[in-house]
Amino acid sequence: MNPLNARRSSDQQGTYSSLIGCPVCDALYRLPVERSAEPSKCQRCGHRLTYGPSTALTWIVSLSVTNVALLFAVLFLPFLELRAGQFDNAVSVIDVVLGFSTGIMVPLALAVLAFILMLPLCRLLLVLYALTPAVLARRNLPGAQRALAWSFILKPWAMAEIFMLGVAVALVKLADLATISIGAAFWMFVVIVLLNAYQDTLSNRHSLWAALTWTR
Amino acid sequence: MDTVISARDVGRVICQTCGNVALISEVRCPRCAHRLSSRDTLSEQKVWAWLIAGLIAYLPANTYPMLLTTQNFRTSESTIIGGVIDLFEHGSYAVAIIVFVASILIPVGKFVVIGYLAILTRKRHRTDPHRLLRYYEVVEFIGRWSMIDVFVVAILTALVQFDVLASINPGIAAVCFALSVVFTMLAAQSFDSRQIWDRLEDGFRHG
Repeated sequence: MNPLNARRSSDQQGTYSSLIGCPVCDALYRLPVERSAEPSKCQRCGHRLTYGPSTALTWIVSLSVTNVALLFAVLFLPFLELRAGQFDNAVSVIDVVLGFSTGIMVPLALAVLAFILMLPLCRLLLVLYALTPAVLARRNLPGAQRALAWSFILKPWAMAEIFMLGVAVALVKLADLATISIGAAFWMFVVIVLLNAYQDTLSNRHSLWAALTWTR
Repeated sequence: MDTVISARDVGRVICQTCGNVALISEVRCPRCAHRLSSRDTLSEQKVWAWLIAGLIAYLPANTYPMLLTTQNFRTSESTIIGGVIDLFEHGSYAVAIIVFVASILIPVGKFVVIGYLAILTRKRHRTDPHRLLRYYEVVEFIGRWSMIDVFVVAILTALVQFDVLASINPGIAAVCFALSVVFTMLAAQSFDSRQIWDRLEDGFRHG
């Protein structure tokens, strides 16, 4: 991968199809198609431009399927159970969201629902919609590019992993008040967070977009 | 090492969403259909608008109660800093530090760093661009983690509901704090990282 040279660029007008750009610092590079499966970094700011081989694609799709299945299971299984004396209260993730469901807190309930369940789910479904045909060597579904773009835009707003740290803090706060037992959904959520993190290390803009063949 | 030239120098624009290289005259990315802009000319205004909105929401988030705890018919209120002090007095130092960092250190740090970047990149500057980019990336990465306190309130509220004997309810500060986090995340996203390099003075190319 070579930085594009300003002096030479004049005689190469029109051959920009192999160009790759750094979205962080605006540097431009020439990346031959045959080398697009190799890992590379921006020479100026160090932003990662491409990752390794395309087996990553298969991994991303299969991890997404796993995560969608786990997310649906999480919805209906008990998440945490609190016992104090004769009192007993088992809650699911949905109950946690509904904690804010009175009066002025309703928008916050919706926001929390989006942050911990809906946006992670949306991202998974968007990735599946965009990339499954590529893995199966089929033609793209309509709007696949838009779907993949949105999965990147939504990334900072999906906060499942932050929610798990919140659970840890809440458990410590309640530790001397009551007995707390951890439900099946809790462990599933932990698995989702870990698989999501692994999926993000595999996901790279250039490699994923290269998988979506496009014609103008 | 060869000198790096920017996309703008050769009449191209890089899509911020998908990384595609398009002609500078193009309005929408031909690959992902997202709106293209070589430089976000409104970036500075957007950064300040979101940052000020975040600051306005952050003040009541600290002064009003985050949690309303009812125990044996008595209701007590606790603010963000009050919650940290409680945890500290209970001896849960590790958790107290996590909450302190997430709810106080990170938000305040974010206001300072985003403001610093916005002021510095208004004019030509001589600061190492890699250091500035590091600040920006840290702010963008760490900003979401402030949301932790809002989630803690949600979990406590759901778990502790035994009527007058013991119950925990969210206070108005939870809403303010969530808004503040969202606004500052938007402020960080509005900052155009490309201007760090654009406004670098000649002779201060760090490669």
